[in-house]
Amino acid sequence: MDTGRIQASESPRAVLGCTDVSVYYGDFRAVNEVTMDIGVHEVTALIGPSGCGKSTVLRSLNRMNDLIPGSRVTGTVAYHGQDIYGKDVDPIEVRRRIGMVFQKPNPFPKSIYDNVAYGPKVTGMKVSSMDDVVEESLRGAALWDEVKDKLKQSAYGLSGGQQQRLCIARTIAVKPEVILMDEPCSALDPIATARIEDLMMELKKDYTIVIVTHNMQQAARVADRTAFFTAEAAEGHGDRTGHLVEFDLTTKIFSNPSDNRTEDYISGRFG
Amino acid sequence: MSHRSAGAGPSTVSRGLRPSPDRLSLRSTSPRRGEKAAFGFLVLAAAVSVLTTVGIVVSLALPAVQFFREVNVLDFLTGTSWTPRFTEKSYGVLPLITGTLWTTGIALAVCVPLGLGAAIYLSEYASTGVRKTLKPILELLAGVPSVVYGLFAVTFVGPVVLKEWFGIQVQTFSVLAAGLVLGVMIIPTVASLAEDAMSAVPRSLREASYGLGANRMRTVLRVVFPAAVSGIAASLVLALSRAVGETMIVAMAAGSQAKMVSDPLEGGQTMTGFIASAALGDSVQGSLQYNTLFAVGITLFVLTLVINLISIRLVNRFREIY
Ligand SMILES: Nc1ncnc2c1ncn2[C@@H]1O[C@H](COP(=O)(O)OP(=O)(O)OP(=O)(O)O)[C@@H](O)[C@H]1O
Ligand SMILES: [Mg+2]
Repeated sequence: MDTGRIQASESPRAVLGCTDVSVYYGDFRAVNEVTMDIGVHEVTALIGPSGCGKSTVLRSLNRMNDLIPGSRVTGTVAYHGQDIYGKDVDPIEVRRRIGMVFQKPNPFPKSIYDNVAYGPKVTGMKVSSMDDVVEESLRGAALWDEVKDKLKQSAYGLSGGQQQRLCIARTIAVKPEVILMDEPCSALDPIATARIEDLMMELKKDYTIVIVTHNMQQAARVADRTAFFTAEAAEGHGDRTGHLVEFDLTTKIFSNPSDNRTEDYISGRFG
Repeated sequence: MSHRSAGAGPSTVSRGLRPSPDRLSLRSTSPRRGEKAAFGFLVLAAAVSVLTTVGIVVSLALPAVQFFREVNVLDFLTGTSWTPRFTEKSYGVLPLITGTLWTTGIALAVCVPLGLGAAIYLSEYASTGVRKTLKPILELLAGVPSVVYGLFAVTFVGPVVLKEWFGIQVQTFSVLAAGLVLGVMIIPTVASLAEDAMSAVPRSLREASYGLGANRMRTVLRVVFPAAVSGIAASLVLALSRAVGETMIVAMAAGSQAKMVSDPLEGGQTMTGFIASAALGDSVQGSLQYNTLFAVGITLFVLTLVINLISIRLVNRFREIY
């Protein structure tokens, strides 16, 4: 099996660099030795069949896996050269810089305003005007015009697509450098999906984005680089361990992949 | 059977194309007796609990009404001397109310912080193993009979803990010892119910908070707590009701001297304590002595009701629905 560093055609300037990252849930190795770089101001897509460990890899990038009892990460994830799993690293600080948007919109049961203001408040950000931060974040998530007259209303009154954009607004309110998105559009209709995709193109000017998606067209549309994962039974036992097959410029992955498995998956022949 | 689907021959085909009238009927084919019986049982169960409540109120109210024919309501509610068993009789219920307020207040001061603290620890900090061990123990503790706690208060908490260890000069019977032990007794109830409420808050909300760089305490206080507030409040209301209504501990540890309680180191009598000590079966039905019990009983009932109503109001104002 190829465990060496898989080089993209032109190596990006990396915000995050994964080296031999393996993730375990108890004794089960869910992902084996992933090595890849996340380029600054790029959209990186993680694709692959269900259960191959995309979410697991994504969650290892901001130590979200810490919250799952029994999970363990080996290898290094370097944020600007600093291992986020290092001894004196505070996971809270990691998550402030590397934010996350989840598959199912999960706004807090609070008002729209309070949802956006939550992050700056709890992280003790010094802001001159919270109103400005809220407006700016909602504008950034292309939601301002739709909600500006009902900021004090519950976020649960919004549609699914609006809720997901609210979650994005909430994330950018703390001004992270990287935004991780785990299938952010899977619960949304095509119109809401298109809006989020447009938004991603907009956001990548200021942020670095890593997105997990099952939608090939979406990866092709929004991602600069694409990583293809798959899961195969490990030697000795029946558990399927995920690993990175190919990581390259999206155009290359979709037009001329170097691995047959990538080609099969993209053309819909398996997975 | 009139219509068999798998039968062969032309008749089946023609039936398939043009169904016979009974095949189109939407009437139920099975009588569903079990369902009706189950429904009947459920209605009965609901009715029994409603009727019991009505029965309690009526049986409390009738003797109480008789009582208030003889004793002025205002004198009852504002009087500061309670001596129904003396020759010089006086029916001011305030001494009993102050007794109840003191023991309840002290109990809440113990069980609210400790119960909620335990709940937060169990639901947010403890590892799965610790939680799986502690929770059943806690629930077991909630089942210890209150008479055991009463004994504990009289023989240990009063003379040993308060007097010897802390040098607090409590009397043999004191509302302080009674209230403290009462609070300890209620901790498991609060902890267990509040923990249930907090564990029921979706994991996705916690992840959202952690994902924004919030630490554990902030996540608990600003996300988990508000989202679980109705369950937590329910646990507190139950705690309050139990503290107000608990009898054995206060009857044993607070003493039976009905007086205006102003110093928790002294003894006092609560409403429940009075009822327990006076309801000895020697009062003649219909006598004033007998009716007095019900007057105090209904006061207790109304007080509990009012507390519950206020709590529900408060909860509805503050809760966040997920
Ligand atoms: N909390 C967990 N505890 C134990 N095993 C887990 C946990 N989360 C994921 N796994 C396992 O790890 C493997 C990878 O899961 P992961 O959720 O990362 O896959 P995925 O590629 O995101 O799949 P999908 O496309 O369906 O979301 C799977 O075999 C899964 O069963
Ligand atoms: Mg996933």
